[in-house]
Amino acid sequence: MRYPHRHLLAIEGLHPPEIAGLLDLAESYVLLNRSGKTQRDLLRGRTLINLFYEDSTRTRTSFELAGKRLGADVINMSVSTSSVNKGETLLDTATTLNAMRCDLLVVRHDQSGAPNLLAQKVSSAVINAGDGTHEHPTQALLDALTLRRRRGTLEGLLVAICGDVLHSRVARSNIHLLGTMGCRVRVVGPPTLIPAAAAALGVEVFHDMQAGLQGVDVIMMLRLQRERMARSLVPSAREYFRFFGLDAAKLASAKPDVLVMHPGPMNRGVEIDSAVADDPMHSVIGEQVEMGVAVRMAVLDVLSQSGLRNV
Amino acid sequence: MSDLLFTNVRLIDPASGLDQPGELSTQGGLIADFGPSLGRPDVPTLDGDGAILCPGLVDMRAALGEPGYEYRETIASAAAAAASSGITTIAALPDSLPAMDDPALVRLLRARGEETGSLSILPYGAVTRGCHGKEMAEIGLLREAGAVAFTDGRRAVGDARLMRLALSYARGFGARIVQHPEDPALADGGAATEGELATRLGLPGIPAAAEAILVARDIRLAQLTGGALHFAHVSTAEALALIRRAKQDGIDVTCDTAPPYFDLNETAIGDFRTYAKLSPPLRPEADRVAVCAALADGIIDAIASDHQPRDTDDKRLPFALASPGGAGLATLLGVTLAQVHGNGLPLLRALDLLTARPARVLGIEAGRLAKGLPADLCLFDLERIWKVEAGLLPGKAPNTPFDGRALEGRVVGTWKAGRRVFG
Repeated sequence: MRYPHRHLLAIEGLHPPEIAGLLDLAESYVLLNRSGKTQRDLLRGRTLINLFYEDSTRTRTSFELAGKRLGADVINMSVSTSSVNKGETLLDTATTLNAMRCDLLVVRHDQSGAPNLLAQKVSSAVINAGDGTHEHPTQALLDALTLRRRRGTLEGLLVAICGDVLHSRVARSNIHLLGTMGCRVRVVGPPTLIPAAAAALGVEVFHDMQAGLQGVDVIMMLRLQRERMARSLVPSAREYFRFFGLDAAKLASAKPDVLVMHPGPMNRGVEIDSAVADDPMHSVIGEQVEMGVAVRMAVLDVLSQSGLRNV
Repeated sequence: MSDLLFTNVRLIDPASGLDQPGELSTQGGLIADFGPSLGRPDVPTLDGDGAILCPGLVDMRAALGEPGYEYRETIASAAAAAASSGITTIAALPDSLPAMDDPALVRLLRARGEETGSLSILPYGAVTRGCHGKEMAEIGLLREAGAVAFTDGRRAVGDARLMRLALSYARGFGARIVQHPEDPALADGGAATEGELATRLGLPGIPAAAEAILVARDIRLAQLTGGALHFAHVSTAEALALIRRAKQDGIDVTCDTAPPYFDLNETAIGDFRTYAKLSPPLRPEADRVAVCAALADGIIDAIASDHQPRDTDDKRLPFALASPGGAGLATLLGVTLAQVHGNGLPLLRALDLLTARPARVLGIEAGRLAKGLPADLCLFDLERIWKVEAGLLPGKAPNTPFDGRALEGRVVGTWKAGRRVFG
């Protein structure tokens, strides 16, 4: 496939064939992973650095596994162990990584645009593993892969993204990806957690969950962070769960074969009821994790073809 | 300083509406005479080659870096940047370190301006001690020491009671209160104007209403107190509409804007360009158009550079963490003239906004051509083309939001009290 970019910083701006190509490639890695084989020659001798300025278990592990299955040398740098705690700036870190001749740099940062800044300075390919409230492109790709495998196509699906859309990079990447691939997207949440300009992104906005879930094929739940309560964006966890938590009653508004997704980690009893999260009829939350590894292998694969500078 | 005769210049004095070819002579640092033909072969002449000779510009809002932020700008480097843009008088913001809340500091800063020989520095006094917005500063003593007006600089006076008291108290000393019109609670943590672009970039937004709300509140407080009020760097259509109405109602309110707000819109921050991160943030195109209209119809009283020098370390950060502010001295005239060349703003009106009108808002004797006044002069070529390049502008600060902008109109020479300080 052709992926004409050096980095993967955002879904916004990618064209349908580029997204479809990544999903096709990821599909082949799902099969490879399930066969128990690996492809250790592809990235042999390449260095992948996981640079995580925010805590993450799932995403970091997923990239680590993806890199190792393709034969890369994988280094994990996290805030607690690196020099960022000593006041080193992002760009000093970039200089250091350049000197180490890193080939693939996976970055998670609590600031929107931090990977863009790094990409201007490092010679490696940069992969955004979540930046502030901006984007989380590999999450959207793995969600899309999960959906495509379940439904055969993304075209025409009606998807509701529910919860704290305002602060969600997962929501932004999914809105861009699903819209680009021909889905109809709704966002559902209290007005304080929906961006004022949401409609301008091409989505329908709902503040009533039952109405928002009416007839949808897919429900994507978002994590609600506790600090939102402290900042008065919502009054309490129990009120939130009452109106915006996904339980069996609200689920009944959706299509009978609706798929339920969550990027994890879940707050059971806040945004999702355990009975729904664990319902094998609807929940594909476990499958999302499996797709995550395959999608990240595909991303590392294409960026190593187009982006390696230290050959 | 030697006496001088400018010949073959286009004399423009916005205050009197003068715009004609002619000559101007200086004597002892003062403007001696001007008119179509002076016939004074006895002094050295300077052939202006048809360039415009106007009063030195009066910039009513700039941060100088000193004291406290010398790594960003010094008085010497700011003076060099100002001279390159024809600026001979600056009102300097008080939120330095320490803040201008002590009469001795005000006297010191004035004296430091005189030492440059090229720039009159008129310090703003702090409205509140330390510009912290808690207790009123010694407005009377600061005024006596030479504070030109009062403001907390980049910080709004957020407390309504304190703003009321400041407007009321300053009135007794004939002093104007200059407000950064942005509701602090609504703006807290924001990095860009709330809207589609900020949503796409995942940046915390500041609603445009944060400006209108404080403007509406303070207009009401000015009415209540009879105080003199000025809004700095007004950037939204909504706030301008409120100010227009207040002026019609006879309330003593004035306002300025800065070149980024009529030359750029929010798209300049695309892909997280921190040099275009300003305070207030750049706005949608509709607001930019409204600012242009308010320049043309006179609702806006002045164009200020809003110079906020930053070094690369302040700016090479993730967008929300980068320090807001743009360098503005070196581009003040050029970007204003872009409105003349490209948007139909009459030249006389544009220069009025850079000279006589800000002088009038501040209540100072500057910004006009008159016999016996100091010969603060700006000679510029209306057509000369140049390009803004960050890092190559005069002064220390590289952080221009206009990097790469081609401009038409460039200063040929600047004179302060009859002495050539640029060109």
